[in-house]
Amino acid sequence: MDFKWEIVIEYLPFFMRGLGYTILASLIGFVVGAIIGLVIGMGKSLSNPILRLPFIWYVNVFRGTPLLVQIFLIHFAVMPIFIKPPEPLISLIVALALNSAAYIAEIFRAGINSIDKGQREAAYSLGMSHAQVLRHVILPQAFKRMIPPLGNEFIVLVKDSSLGAVIAAPELFYWGKVAVGSYSRVWEPYLSVAVLYFVVCLVLSYVQSFLERKYATDDQRKKSKKVVRRARGAEGH
Amino acid sequence: MISVKNLKKSFGELEVLKDINVEIQEKEVVVVIGPSGSGKSTFIRCLNRIEDITDGHVYIEGTDISNKKVNINKVRTDVGMVFQQFNLFPHKTVLQNIMLSPMVVRKWKKKEAENKALALLRKVGLEDKAHVYPDSLSGGQKQRVAIARALCMEPKVMLFDEPTSALDPEMVGEVLEVMKQLAQEGMTMIVVTHEMGFAREVGDRVLFMDGGYIVEEAKPEEIFSNPKEERTQAFLSKVL
Repeated sequence: MDFKWEIVIEYLPFFMRGLGYTILASLIGFVVGAIIGLVIGMGKSLSNPILRLPFIWYVNVFRGTPLLVQIFLIHFAVMPIFIKPPEPLISLIVALALNSAAYIAEIFRAGINSIDKGQREAAYSLGMSHAQVLRHVILPQAFKRMIPPLGNEFIVLVKDSSLGAVIAAPELFYWGKVAVGSYSRVWEPYLSVAVLYFVVCLVLSYVQSFLERKYATDDQRKKSKKVVRRARGAEGH
Repeated sequence: MISVKNLKKSFGELEVLKDINVEIQEKEVVVVIGPSGSGKSTFIRCLNRIEDITDGHVYIEGTDISNKKVNINKVRTDVGMVFQQFNLFPHKTVLQNIMLSPMVVRKWKKKEAENKALALLRKVGLEDKAHVYPDSLSGGQKQRVAIARALCMEPKVMLFDEPTSALDPEMVGEVLEVMKQLAQEGMTMIVVTHEMGFAREVGDRVLFMDGGYIVEEAKPEEIFSNPKEERTQAFLSKVL
């Protein structure tokens, strides 16, 4: 197989711009999704079953239908109500945000529920309000447990943003398809695109494990070990 | 100080507390004993409404906490609680565990909270552990920190829910010692425990619970040497 590097080189500026949009769309999608997800996650934990219902069904609908279908519905049916003609990149970001919100809601809810109820009881017994308990006792502990699934969700989102190509959002995979179309060569453009996705996801998984280590170190390893060692030394055993 | 009237508590169909009536005076040390499943823990957990009250009234210094409109957070600042499982906050150091609530609830200055916390750590003999995380403490040390944490709010009454049941036997003594000292200082205390020695030595009054009722209450010397009720006799013959 003769691999034509000149195609890669010629299209690299477009790929890089596409990659920029991929990262932008994923990042905004993730941040907005996290905000909506927090609200949905809390809504799903409401004690009133009727108020809880819409939040439960939000998650059911967005997890239970393909993202590709959601992108088409949002781009061709929903967005034209607001923007004419609909802007593909915005449609993509909206779809990613709404879709990831459903998954992030579950991550938040599971993280908060995973904290032992004794923690809550102890905090309440000390006179703290709901908000104080959440802020000082539950969330700091829950956040640490949420890092791995949130990291996974973000990586999935980066890869899923490639679906934007079908509505011509100018993200990375879209430029790959354009290059394939203009040269009638498949290996060079698609492999380049794959490598770029791979590099981004690899970097993200390192960021994730760095964060995990950082927060684990904070309370369990570094400080306590150091202090314990010091204390043991002082006691002489 | 505390007055409980016709207290009932159900979990779904299961009625755990059937009709509890008791008065507790200031500076009194009341020890609650009884077989497992008798409702002791549920009873003490109703006294700061960690457990919702199904029916009846619990008055803490005249405030009826069974009333949903009462600001329960305010009442809880005066009622300290120590749990079987310690429930220290693992993401905070020993000192931060103790200072947290005085600072966020009572709005003390950091320095003020720290001084008080260090004084309490000295009192429970754990000054040198101020900056370690709970993870590195033994069970007995954790429970002493938990007591210091509750005391830092300067409560008027302390509730102990089986404070030594999760401890290795050799650590029970150090925790009971701290509680004994607290009793001598005049703290009002309600203690659910299986430590009959502690009940006899420190308690002013013993409540024997069974089947969701207070079956018998008396001074420790009476209840241990001359229990009146058959169920009390049966229970004590097994544990003593």
